[in-house]
Amino acid sequence: MNWLNWLSTFFTAPDHRSGADAITHRIAEHLVISGQALLLAAVLAVPVGLLIGYTGRGTFVVTALTGVARALPTLGLVTLAVLLAGVNDLAVLIPLVALAAPPLLVATAEGIAGTDPEVRDAARGIGLTHRQVLFGVCVPAALPTVLAGLRTAAVQVIATATVAAYVGLGGLGRYVIDGLATRNFPTTLGGALLVVLLAVATQLVFALLIRLSLPPGARARRSVTTTKEAL
Amino acid sequence: MDGEPLVRWKWIGDHLRYLADLTLDHAVIALVPVLIGALIAIPLGLACTRWPKLYQPLSGLFNVVYALPSLAVFVVLIPYTGLATRATVMIPLTCYAIAVLLPTTVDGLRAVPEAVRQAATAMGYGPWHRLTAVELPAAVPFLTAGLRVAAVASISLAAVGALVGRGGLGYLFIDGFQRTFPTPIVAGIVLVALLALVTDLVLLLARRLLAPWAARRTGAGR
Repeated sequence: MNWLNWLSTFFTAPDHRSGADAITHRIAEHLVISGQALLLAAVLAVPVGLLIGYTGRGTFVVTALTGVARALPTLGLVTLAVLLAGVNDLAVLIPLVALAAPPLLVATAEGIAGTDPEVRDAARGIGLTHRQVLFGVCVPAALPTVLAGLRTAAVQVIATATVAAYVGLGGLGRYVIDGLATRNFPTTLGGALLVVLLAVATQLVFALLIRLSLPPGARARRSVTTTKEAL
Repeated sequence: MDGEPLVRWKWIGDHLRYLADLTLDHAVIALVPVLIGALIAIPLGLACTRWPKLYQPLSGLFNVVYALPSLAVFVVLIPYTGLATRATVMIPLTCYAIAVLLPTTVDGLRAVPEAVRQAATAMGYGPWHRLTAVELPAAVPFLTAGLRVAAVASISLAAVGALVGRGGLGYLFIDGFQRTFPTPIVAGIVLVALLALVTDLVLLLARRLLAPWAARRTGAGR
């Protein structure tokens, strides 16, 4: 079939074996960009989420953020950021962080707020300070939910980083965008398939992490539902 | 970019007609898939409540589909649907909509208390009548919640379709970027957000009309 020809063209091209356009190099770029954006988003969103979830104040921020973040078009943010700040790493990183932070914040806040109030009272009752309750009781209980939020954010960032190749970012999106621009379909298709594989692999890694974050007794019967609340 | 203002109001004034056409195109590309998705997800959800074994594999499958980057899926479809056709963008958006709507439909149908179901049967409702008069209305708050998420996500994702030649308002981003002219980009972002907001409000209103009892309840209607 055509597909096999296209893919073998893509994977055997000398340019894709070594050098700046090598597949391994592009994958590494994609992972580094996504990782940076995810880390920055976590640094910004998780502390705020902890605070909102634990105190119960500012939940309206969470509701507003979920709506707004879902409605913003990624391509628009990326092109605008680059026009305003020029093609540099930071300019592209800002929209990625802006898109990854809301699901993380929401998941963190909901996870912490969802801790059983009786358990929290009991922890206070045996003399734990608020800090100890938050980090010793609420955070472990919320970990699966937070990780589910991180998974949503990660998948979102990987997808957006692909789109961001349009404004000159490296990574796997380069193949897709360059292939479209030069009407070189094997390149576009190969890039798209690699992005899909990366997204699926990320999902699997997070599924594993979420499983490990559950207490052993809960692993068998509980599976974390994520799509609705975390998105 | 030197000296270029963020928004040139004159450009917007001169292109009102053009912007309206793009918004309409965008609404069709983004929202028709949500409708089709609902038409597929509701029977599928019903099947999942009748045969619960179906649900796990189906929801797992659509979870994976939902995580696929939109641009990649558009590109993979090009050989079948062609470059710059609506189908290239609308087929993946339909799948994303099903991925969101299937779990909400199933949750909604499962939220009907067994006692209510049995009461309906005892009052002489047949399976079909019970479904349309009791179970589906009870699922409306869940369905509208799912529709809101699906519609807003679809509206923002559709813009990416501009990279494969058919993205409604997304075209403004490409156009503005190629000319280093921020006005269309800002206009596009605002219009996409507005379209999402209006759609969201319409769905909220629909829920009020279809399920007035849910208006005051928190939780399901989020």
